[in-house]
Amino acid sequence: MTEPNRQGEVWVFAEQEDGALHDVTLELCGKARELADRLGVRAGAVLPGAGVGPLAKRLIAQGIDNVYLVDHPRLANYQTLPYANALVTLIERHRPQIVVVGATAIGRDMAPRVASTLRSGLTADCTDLDIADVTDPKAGVDHKNLLLQIRPAFGGNIIATIVNYDQWPQMATVREGVMPLKPASNGHAGKIIEEKIDIDDTQMALKLIQRHIEPRKVNLKGARVIVSGGGGIGSKDNFKLLYDLAGAIGGAVGASRAAVDSGLIDKEHQIGQTGTTVRPALYIAVGISGAVQHRAGMEESAKIIAINTDRDAPIFSVAHYGIVGDFKQVIPMMIKAIKEKTR
Amino acid sequence: MPYDSIVCVKQVPDTANITAEAMKEDGTVNRGALPTVFNPEDLHALEAALALRDEYGGTVTVLSMGPPKAGDVLRDSLFRGADRAILLTDRRAAASDTLATSYILAQAIKTIGRYDLVFCGRQAIDGDTAQVGPQCAEKLGIPQITYLQEVIGVHDRSIRVRRNIGRGWEIVDGRLPLLITVLDSANRPRPQGARRVMRMKRAKVPAEVAAEVKAAMPNATDEQRAAETDRRVAALRQSGLLIEQWDLDRIGADLQRCGLAGSPTKVHRIQAIVLTKEGYTEIAPTEAGVGQMIHELVVDRTWG
Ligand SMILES: Cc1cc2nc3c(=O)[nH]c(=O)nc-3n(C[C@H](O)[C@H](O)[C@H](O)COP(=O)(O)OP(=O)(O)OC[C@H]3O[C@@H](n4cnc5c(N)ncnc54)[C@H](O)[C@@H]3O)c2cc1C
Repeated sequence: MTEPNRQGEVWVFAEQEDGALHDVTLELCGKARELADRLGVRAGAVLPGAGVGPLAKRLIAQGIDNVYLVDHPRLANYQTLPYANALVTLIERHRPQIVVVGATAIGRDMAPRVASTLRSGLTADCTDLDIADVTDPKAGVDHKNLLLQIRPAFGGNIIATIVNYDQWPQMATVREGVMPLKPASNGHAGKIIEEKIDIDDTQMALKLIQRHIEPRKVNLKGARVIVSGGGGIGSKDNFKLLYDLAGAIGGAVGASRAAVDSGLIDKEHQIGQTGTTVRPALYIAVGISGAVQHRAGMEESAKIIAINTDRDAPIFSVAHYGIVGDFKQVIPMMIKAIKEKTR
Repeated sequence: MPYDSIVCVKQVPDTANITAEAMKEDGTVNRGALPTVFNPEDLHALEAALALRDEYGGTVTVLSMGPPKAGDVLRDSLFRGADRAILLTDRRAAASDTLATSYILAQAIKTIGRYDLVFCGRQAIDGDTAQVGPQCAEKLGIPQITYLQEVIGVHDRSIRVRRNIGRGWEIVDGRLPLLITVLDSANRPRPQGARRVMRMKRAKVPAEVAAEVKAAMPNATDEQRAAETDRRVAALRQSGLLIEQWDLDRIGADLQRCGLAGSPTKVHRIQAIVLTKEGYTEIAPTEAGVGQMIHELVVDRTWG
């Protein structure tokens, strides 16, 4: 159990694969910078891997002060034990006050193992992080500058704010796409600190036989405009209208779970709590009721247009423009208007 | 070669339709107010263990931590083919976060003693954390394989599996003992066996028997009730229908690591999601209306 270290840094676990940093890591660097500034401490990143040194510069450009580089041939492919062990060793060595990890397949595999070893708290799948003073109502004790770990709970019906008074580091995993990606800056100065760790045979418990990675086909996160269809679209044929609209604006096509479950479109396109979280400049929700699990993945969009025949559909509560009507009529009108404007 | 498995299962509130009324003042969940289900991915964990036993021999022990009512998921597990079921129930375990829960489960698993594999569902639908499995593996000091998609085979105490890694999959080999977390796409859980249901439908944990006696003998003294409970428990044990019930003392748990005391994460605030009707610009579903909206979006540089 680790005592609070109020001078401790704010750390990001830098996830990389095949020589590239994961998007969520870059997003988290911006958040770590912001939290560190508010606490008046440095922002750090732990970068484990084999031959990953060149990635350190990018972390610094995203606002990191200290990159802790753990370069070891046994870290070439992600494996739970050596990675978790590297992070535990560095946390014990440098005692950061906050450690954030992307809530990816890797992050959700590793972070609980690390928190368990340190016997510190861990909050999964946060959608927001903040700093505030908190009073422990039971003990009547005030705690200064705690990390507020904000996440949906209970299938998204509730937003919970979790804190960790004194079993530090304060650890959280954060979903991809919920923190805005800050622009990189070459002006920021940072240090690269090479760390030595031991990885013995017992940590190499699993043997990788084969790995297969699907190329990313849909790029929802990179899209400036997303046209998203729901259960109201009704048929694959009708979905073509959405592709036409997306084509006219230069956008990507998303979907609600109802559309995915009824086989109208691939799961890859799903937006929401169990799909991708997006924040495009424009989100067009077509025939989507706006269940909380869906809204969780899109309500941060800069502009939202909702098209729905049901005036009372909850999607309108997050919309900037609402069109009560049948998409089969409305979408052709939109395509026509766009073609006229952009001619 | 036979393999012994332990499966951790959880009874969860059905989160598909929850309101804020189900929350207590302190931010924890008033589980009593909600319908409950077998946590979906835990059913797939159970199936993975049963399938392994069917192929290689061995035993399947199901372990659940929860209130007496969680006897439901243990009975369900027995109906589907589990060999042994244990309920860990103790008021002092209430309000445990994932760290405390994994400590308690690991203590119970150590008390069970012999095992080759521990199976958990990837995550529970009430918390969606996916933390208890890996934390339990750490407490047991064994490796973990998360997101199981398929067991390819076990040979000479080495298991080969395919696991889902988000954008793809990988095949890994690991030596037993191991902890594995299972996805819902890994298999199709078998239904309850009709004959097993007939044989075991009266199976209960002692806490359930006590509750039953209390309801049946509203005017009896505590001693009378205790005597009747003992009698019924003995009868169930006799016919092999008593589901084991353990408490924190039985597993030698350090109480400082259980319940609220053992939970570093504290709920600071809970907000029910309310729809904020901020108001939006309503656009008429006409060419003029739609044209105006597109014009505004071009003017404010939303695109273009
Ligand atoms: C644990 C959990 C996780 C979940 N995760 C997700 C997730 O990640 N993403 C997600 O989207 N959902 C998720 N869901 C499901 C979610 O609760 C809803 O069921 C789902 O979002 C409903 O999709 P929908 O609004 O498209 O469909 P429906 O509820 O079927 O709504 C269809 C809408 O279309 C409208 N409509 C019908 N015809 C027309 C027409 N001709 N023109 C215009 N409008 C029309 C209707 O008025 C209605 O509002 C999750 C649920 C759970 C329990």
